Amino acid sequence: MESGVKRMSAYKIIALVILVILAILFAFPLYWIVTGAFKTQASINSTTPEWFPSVWVLDNFRKLFSRQMAPLWEFAVPFSSHFSSTGEDIIFSAGPMVPAAIRWLVNTVFMAVAAMVLTCITAAMAGYALAKKRFKGRALLFSLIVCAMALPKQVILIPLLREMSSLSLYNTIWAVILPTVGWPFGVFLMKQFSEGIPGELMESARIDGAGEIKTFTNIVIPMVKPGIGALAIFTFINSWNDYFMQLIMLSSTSKLTISLGIAKLQAENSTDFGLIMAGATLAAIPIIVIFIAFQKYFTQGITMGAVKG
Amino acid sequence: MKASAGTARSRVLARRETRSAYLFLLPSLIFFVGFVIVPMVMCVITSFFDSTMGKDTVDVFIGVQNYVELWKDSIFLRSLKNTFLIVIVSVPLTCIFSLWVASVIYNLRGPVLSTFRCIFYLPVVTGSVAVTVVWKWMFNNYYGIFNYVGKGLGLLDKNINWLGDERFALWCIILILLTTSVGQPIVLYVSALGNVDPSLVEAAEVDGANNFQAFWKIKWPSIMPTTLYILVITTINSFQCFALIQLLTSGGPNHSTDTVMYYIYYTAFKMYRYGYANAMGVVLAIFIAVLSAVQFKLAKEK
Repeated sequence: MESGVKRMSAYKIIALVILVILAILFAFPLYWIVTGAFKTQASINSTTPEWFPSVWVLDNFRKLFSRQMAPLWEFAVPFSSHFSSTGEDIIFSAGPMVPAAIRWLVNTVFMAVAAMVLTCITAAMAGYALAKKRFKGRALLFSLIVCAMALPKQVILIPLLREMSSLSLYNTIWAVILPTVGWPFGVFLMKQFSEGIPGELMESARIDGAGEIKTFTNIVIPMVKPGIGALAIFTFINSWNDYFMQLIMLSSTSKLTISLGIAKLQAENSTDFGLIMAGATLAAIPIIVIFIAFQKYFTQGITMGAVKG
Repeated sequence: MKASAGTARSRVLARRETRSAYLFLLPSLIFFVGFVIVPMVMCVITSFFDSTMGKDTVDVFIGVQNYVELWKDSIFLRSLKNTFLIVIVSVPLTCIFSLWVASVIYNLRGPVLSTFRCIFYLPVVTGSVAVTVVWKWMFNNYYGIFNYVGKGLGLLDKNINWLGDERFALWCIILILLTTSVGQPIVLYVSALGNVDPSLVEAAEVDGANNFQAFWKIKWPSIMPTTLYILVITTINSFQCFALIQLLTSGGPNHSTDTVMYYIYYTAFKMYRYGYANAMGVVLAIFIAVLSAVQFKLAKEK
């Protein structure tokens, strides 16, 4: 027994040392982004890298914020491009002019929050119906959902683009939000969580005279709260980072998301690494903070989504 | 009499249940049908047309001509080869790496465990664009740290243009892809290993099994479903590798890093050949479906 413990801990110590080294390597790109954003031009363009910045400067952020300007927000009359004289949307409210990078962040937050809220509402309802109700077409619908999940999401982007432009939604943030909500992973996840609701609980609510909607809001929602939390954080992060869809659907400067904005920075100034890292910092830090804050829910969502996957 | 009244009543109840179920499903179905099913069907239909962008052009039905052209398109075949190379290298490595990491960390104390889990998940959360731009800097010919460290350690005698050299570009991409794909498998393996019945492992140890045997005979079979799920999602993700390619190499040099997904993008949005690009999409989807089915089948037989 004694020697067993010792032998195991010897392996464990070596494994842990390797693991710590690997963890450092995994965290390094992020460290390099953040420190790079604060380095001087000279330090970035030297062939000997500075492992830790000797001087911290804000030049890169200053450059990023002085490049292009855009209104902080713009509200257009829906579908107004059809009847306006210029063929452009009619804007009835525009915010003060701010650096474009700030506008990109606003767009990204709006997109992620809207996708998150819509996904959680629709998926919670559908997941509950799939898990707890017996109805015609249930098996067919469920297998359709599972099959759709296994197919590559990006393959449908071309037809989706045409659909969005025929709905006059191309180059609006909704062109990214709506397909995200349609992706069936959320329904699948919420079905998994809803399976756990005891049937007697809903039965007794029904005997007490609660209608369908009341049963859902008072019994089901509190029971699946952890699931909704997991789905919310999952959708938020995925939609924040879904670069391909954003790339195809959005084009004008004021409509970009932060990911697209950095990709554009890189295309235009491919060797100004300081500027690009400042943009990358702006994109990465908020989402990482959110991830760390809600890590527990996130982990739960990933594991629940895999059960019987 | 009584029985028929009973069935009539239960039929009414069943109909009511069906109606309320569909009302609950309706909002989700609108999005699912409108923005997933309809585009999927459109993807298949358009793949039989000569379809380009532009308002005054009309799609022309050309049957399977797009599919025939695919097998003569040397760039497509090369991109298919690259995609399979990425899948064949990165899927097993991702699985083995994440299983090893998970097996080391799963029984650590809570905060230590979640710190490690968090760090290995960081490259996913950071976002593909931010991750890609920093790797592009690290791989840079003049200012990149890879050349600096390589020369410092005496591994390289002159700077290598990592992303501009056909011999290295695809391997650089596979390396980055690995760092961005182990996060989720580690989370899944940690929870699967935590769920293995400890009494089984103890019983095996009492019977004189060493750690390796206990792992191979007890833990490995019980985490098999997780392994299968990880295989499927990692395969799908590797097939879809796009942002890395588009931002790092744009398929270059000389199409040596084209993947199917990138070539679809290039055909549709640089050449404006929607029909042809959709045909590639259909072929890619079929490959993924077949591969997933094979993985399921193999895992079931085991």
